[in-house]
Amino acid sequence: METTDNVTMCQYYSIEAGNFTLAGEAAGQIKNNLKQLGIDAALVKKVAIASYEAEMNLVIHSNGGRLIFKINPKVITIIAQDDGPGIKDIELAMKEGYSTAPDTARELGFGAGMGLPNMKRCADRFVIRSEEGKGTEVELSFNLS
Amino acid sequence: MTIQEIINILEADLFCGEDMLNKDILSACGSDLMSDVLAFVKDHTILLTGLTNPHVIRTAEMMDIAAIVFVRGKRPSEEIIQMAADRNIAVLMTRHSLFVACGLLYQSGLRGEVL
Repeated sequence: METTDNVTMCQYYSIEAGNFTLAGEAAGQIKNNLKQLGIDAALVKKVAIASYEAEMNLVIHSNGGRLIFKINPKVITIIAQDDGPGIKDIELAMKEGYSTAPDTARELGFGAGMGLPNMKRCADRFVIRSEEGKGTEVELSFNLS
Repeated sequence: MTIQEIINILEADLFCGEDMLNKDILSACGSDLMSDVLAFVKDHTILLTGLTNPHVIRTAEMMDIAAIVFVRGKRPSEEIIQMAADRNIAVLMTRHSLFVACGLLYQSGLRGEVL
């Protein structure tokens, strides 16, 4: 974790469980922020994709949570935190194609079991911590130089 | 290949993005699985899909996708068209199925991601 002195910008988005109408709003705002800051388009795309995947995961799988966006001159950080239910087997959750998503998510084209692997592919650094019954935190870092 | 050429090949209707007809398209992705679309890595891309929910537009937004082609004559709602217009994404509709629409574009030289 960097100290607050290093944070040039920090934004916090509350994400509601099961709200598919609003899902994607936070990722869209993060994308616009980065574009306005003049960040390279290829990097903006990577952060946008990973943020959207993280936001959809919060909507689909969590009891509610938050998406935190931080940027300093060296790194962009996206943190997705939730209030449960937590992941029983992280290794299994990371496997491409493995999914526990309900039909409501699948009908919208999600829940193919590609979210976490895709976040890992987009980011320069990927850390996931989870405790069953407590919650999950995914931290994604993207190098700026 | 330009968006205008894609309209001609697919005999498609255009709902928004009239100012983008000359935009150059280098690759295409055909899928109803937004999860798979989000893992597509090419640029200057169009998306062909049979899904018409708002997350198709959101996905296209995150991916910098220039145009969406709704297949099988699936007419998008006004809300969807407005969402796309706000994000500078062209919206097309063709009567062809996903397979045939992709085949017609491939035959004309458009390529996808080779895994």
